[in-house]
Amino acid sequence: MEKKTKRRDFLFTATYAVGAVGAGAVIWPMIDQMNPDASVKALASTEVDVSAINPGKTITVLWRGKPVFIRRRTSEEIAEARSVKLEDLKHPEKDEDRAKNPEWLVMLGVCTHLGCVPLDQKGDYNGWFCPCHGSHYDTSGRIRKGPAPTNMEIPEYKFVDANIIKIG
Amino acid sequence: MSEHEYTPKSKVGKWFNDRLPLLTLANHLTDYPTPKNLNYWWTFGGILTFCLITQIVTGLVLAMHYIAHADMAFQSVEHIMRDVNYGWLIRYIHANGASMFFLAVYIHIFRSLFYGSYKSPREIIWIIGIIIYLLMMAAAFLGYVLPWGQMSFWGATVITNLFSAIPLVGEGIVTWLWGGYSVDNPTLTRFFTLHYLIPFLILGLVVLHIWALHVPGNNNPIGIDIKKPSKDTVPFHPYIVIKDGFALLMFMIVFAFFVFYTPNILGHADNYIEANPLVTPAHIVPEWYLLPFYAILRSVPDKLLGVIAMLSAILILAALPWLDTSKIRSAVFRPLYKQFYWILVADVLILGYVGAMPAEGIYLLIARIATAYYFLHFLVILPVLGFKERTTPVPLSITEPILGGSPNLAAVKKKDSFKDQ
Repeated sequence: MEKKTKRRDFLFTATYAVGAVGAGAVIWPMIDQMNPDASVKALASTEVDVSAINPGKTITVLWRGKPVFIRRRTSEEIAEARSVKLEDLKHPEKDEDRAKNPEWLVMLGVCTHLGCVPLDQKGDYNGWFCPCHGSHYDTSGRIRKGPAPTNMEIPEYKFVDANIIKIG
Repeated sequence: MSEHEYTPKSKVGKWFNDRLPLLTLANHLTDYPTPKNLNYWWTFGGILTFCLITQIVTGLVLAMHYIAHADMAFQSVEHIMRDVNYGWLIRYIHANGASMFFLAVYIHIFRSLFYGSYKSPREIIWIIGIIIYLLMMAAAFLGYVLPWGQMSFWGATVITNLFSAIPLVGEGIVTWLWGGYSVDNPTLTRFFTLHYLIPFLILGLVVLHIWALHVPGNNNPIGIDIKKPSKDTVPFHPYIVIKDGFALLMFMIVFAFFVFYTPNILGHADNYIEANPLVTPAHIVPEWYLLPFYAILRSVPDKLLGVIAMLSAILILAALPWLDTSKIRSAVFRPLYKQFYWILVADVLILGYVGAMPAEGIYLLIARIATAYYFLHFLVILPVLGFKERTTPVPLSITEPILGGSPNLAAVKKKDSFKDQ
């Protein structure tokens, strides 16, 4: 009697296991279809010609549906960004790490508070100011004052040649 | 129905059930007494429910990626096929799912015809079923238009033009349906809306269909009224659940075969060409499941009468409970009806075949004979047969032929031979 019960238990468990795998195989495509599709992934990197940008100017380009600020900084701005002591920063990051080529700051133009786009050349630190909830960023895009928790993000990018930046 | 009072065991269950008797409903469905001789032809109700749910779920997913605009619809379908993760799978399930749905519904309907399930007291179940079938055809047609290929466009043009056969107001109705002077963007957007709506109407009607079924209970292969619950019944769960589940699994194998091995065999290559209002494809035919009615339409030389004949061919089914005058439900005990039944099956298959062929020469002649016979079956043969046919004796219960040594054993055996066919 006991032996029979065990056999049946095994069959039940095996059936449920196979059923669960089958259900998973059906459900996964229904979930995965909402992930970025091939046409979105194809647009995952953007190349920008920056030769026309003069010092002290910023351009904004669209990358993965979000704004990216490309600023050609003046020597004063660079000096200001590099002179800040790390202990004064809410999110300590060296400007040297954020802008490998000090003249160029390439940064995701999205406030780390709730996703608004900060305004250029505004705020108490001559950098950016977010109009939504008043976050102040310095000339390196680091948070100095206001509710945003972290510095503005630096995307992956590289100089393809002297004038072309490839973001992503 | 077993009308014993059900009370949930747990306190929480009782508290909830007193306020919303969902547990009573669940108990009714699980314990529901079902004739114990139901064969595999009875599993298509469950299979059809599965088909409906599959179409709704895959349809919702497709609607997330599809764009209902004449300039973008075709591109968006290609986008689903090429770019969207598993988009090809989801679209192929949806497209072949429509065919599987009709395959199952035709088996379900012909099961009803063989075992007389449409007869008193199940007329309302039957009529709701016919309405569901009509809505299915509407949904299938509307859905076929959405990819905005050549077949979509010209299918939409031809079907909407059927309404122009109506005297006086016909042209006005067609313009109204189109929202313009030809099938165009306004037509597409409204077709998309209606295609989205109809499955939920069907879902509601399915609830009524099952509700109405649960009043008299299932018919059964020998077509007699049975006492419930009794020695002739088994509880729905686990007996019917397991049987339906097994049949569903077999059905899914067929379904998966189409989806994974030959996903386009039931479609038309022309629909992979974007809609072009200036060129009609050389050979325009509807999907396979509409072919018998298409054959009837084309077999009548007059425009208006052709449309009337086609619609009558469907609507005549709603009158079937009163056209069939025989008091005996199951064809098992109706030797003549059984033969006419198979002739009707052959007739519908022939209509389907000639519907796919050009409407000329021998095909047109066959279509005309088959159309005439279709109406003859329902309007003459069935009413007369009820009075003339000598039926074989019907057992008093399902168990009687086995346990009671009834003379009907041979008749019940025949039921088994039908199963094997």
